[in-house]
Amino acid sequence: MASGSGYFATTYEADLRLVDTPLRWSALCALVIALTALPLLASPFVLELVTQTALAAVGALALNILTGLAGQISLGHAGFIAAGAFTTAMLVEAGWGSPLATIPSAAVVGAALGVAVGIPALRLKGLYLALGTLAMHYVVLYAAGELQTRWGSNTGYTIPPPRLFGLVLKGTLSWYYALVFIAAVVLLVSVNLTRSRAGRAFMAIRDREIAAASVGIHVARYKVLAFVTSSVITAVAGALFAYYRGFVSVEAFSLFLAVEYIAMVTIGGLGSALGAVLGAAFVTLLPYAIDGVVGRLELPGGTEYYLFPAKFGAFGLLMAAFLIFEPEGLVGIWRRVRNWFALWPFRRRPLRSAS
Amino acid sequence: MTQVLATTLVVASLYALLGAGYVLVYRASRVLNLAQGDLLTLGGYLLFAVTATVGAVPAVAVPLAVALSALTGFVIYQVLIRPMAGHPVFAAVLVTVTLGILLRAGIVLVFADRIRHPLPMLGWSNPPVALPGGSVLSAFDLATLGTAVVVFGALFAFLRFSPVGIQMRAAGERALLASQRGINFQFVFALAWALAALCGGLAGMLYACNVRLEPSLDVLGLKAFAVALVGGLDSLAGVIPAALIVAGIEVLSVRYGDPLLSDVSPFLCLLAMLLIRPWGLLGTREELDRV
Repeated sequence: MASGSGYFATTYEADLRLVDTPLRWSALCALVIALTALPLLASPFVLELVTQTALAAVGALALNILTGLAGQISLGHAGFIAAGAFTTAMLVEAGWGSPLATIPSAAVVGAALGVAVGIPALRLKGLYLALGTLAMHYVVLYAAGELQTRWGSNTGYTIPPPRLFGLVLKGTLSWYYALVFIAAVVLLVSVNLTRSRAGRAFMAIRDREIAAASVGIHVARYKVLAFVTSSVITAVAGALFAYYRGFVSVEAFSLFLAVEYIAMVTIGGLGSALGAVLGAAFVTLLPYAIDGVVGRLELPGGTEYYLFPAKFGAFGLLMAAFLIFEPEGLVGIWRRVRNWFALWPFRRRPLRSAS
Repeated sequence: MTQVLATTLVVASLYALLGAGYVLVYRASRVLNLAQGDLLTLGGYLLFAVTATVGAVPAVAVPLAVALSALTGFVIYQVLIRPMAGHPVFAAVLVTVTLGILLRAGIVLVFADRIRHPLPMLGWSNPPVALPGGSVLSAFDLATLGTAVVVFGALFAFLRFSPVGIQMRAAGERALLASQRGINFQFVFALAWALAALCGGLAGMLYACNVRLEPSLDVLGLKAFAVALVGGLDSLAGVIPAALIVAGIEVLSVRYGDPLLSDVSPFLCLLAMLLIRPWGLLGTREELDRV
């Protein structure tokens, strides 16, 4: 939590506090008021964008727990999301469409998959683990595809809006409040996790597994725990995705979705909850930003066709640029800017190698 | 039954060509090239582009397209992979993912998202050939098989006997020691990428002539990835039995299962291998601890 200078924690309580300085308290209050008041000021389109960002942020925060905190690489994130979404779809088909039934079931399915992937992960490291999760992605999608062709309509499942205690969650405004609230809860959980025993164990495993084991961390148990925590949240995000879109089909969960989530956490900055949210916003808003720019340019007719591959390419280019030039991501940029102001006029020179 | 065997051999040789690409890059730089499938697509489209622009003379078009594929691999290493030295390996793997995205976007931008057939443009046909034993393969099925045999023979000879091949093995084993002995390991790694792109590109050209050419062929690359892992990521010889096993299971599941199952069967092989013997059939065991 420490910033460049000026504030020093003098007690352990102060060091562990979630919001430490008056400035941060006021910033947090301002953010809460801004998010609550946003619907009064902004157009439905902007609300829609914030809602999509919030949904993406839930998934990105979950992946950040696994990859950023525990250092376990996963290419199977889209598979977990698909598992949550398909659990919801199955229960809706069976007449158990209440979120009170679907969201806990999605969480249970997510937990089971998390254990299933986490246990082989005890033997596998690094790249080999990523491959296992990649294979898992295809296996989950195969199961979902079989379900869809055998028991669903061929194109997919339609999900009615969720209904809870006589209230129906429908329309831009209510989805905005619901998803921003859920994203805030998940954000709180994942920030809080870094202060807990489990979170510290995750980070120790990420930094050096042998050292973690030698200070008494049960590496195997915490690795599986990291997988389960992440996959439960991801599967719940999948259930929300199903309700929000109102339609579930295998085609929506390609490997590219998993790549998008990895892009969110790497562009945002691995290991940082703020980074996951920033990255989610970045990846979600990028196509709309390109749309906006292209709309202003008034290009000649016939170029609309090139828009989709151009967006795809821009995404790849930005992701590569971040990986090569700014591995700490958006959060790294933000920290540098903040420290520059905090330390002004005593600017710290970046460290350079002796060459 | 002989038909199953023949089809398996053809599918296996396609996978083996792609799998060789994975192994070459992995052995050199410990990077998994997840863009191998897009290098395959690129090879097919390069053949298409060369035929459309330079001319439909196969003797000119095919070697030119092959050379361009290899050149692309060389450039990719210099531009995208070399700056990742010193970064975590996973970051380099993510760069190959973005490379795949870029190649695919570029291909759709230039060639449009349509199915193409370069074969008639080259003035070739693809007649069915009846084999002894009652099985039937197309001419390009046989060409695929032949190319795989030739490429593997050439690769083995190159790595075993030629000075550059020996340097490549040395640099793959310990880049630091190799560079102290005066090996230009950056060049050797770039060459490994060029060879990988060449193998992928050849597979793409053969597939484009044999079946069709479209931007979404990269799925083949991911399936071949299972082959590379089953054989052992650092073992070129392991690719051959692994390709036969994976292709055999896939062909059988098409015949006796359903198409969805056949698409996922390479990944089931991959999972099984990860659980039983993660370092692969002929891979080195300590590889697991090195990554």
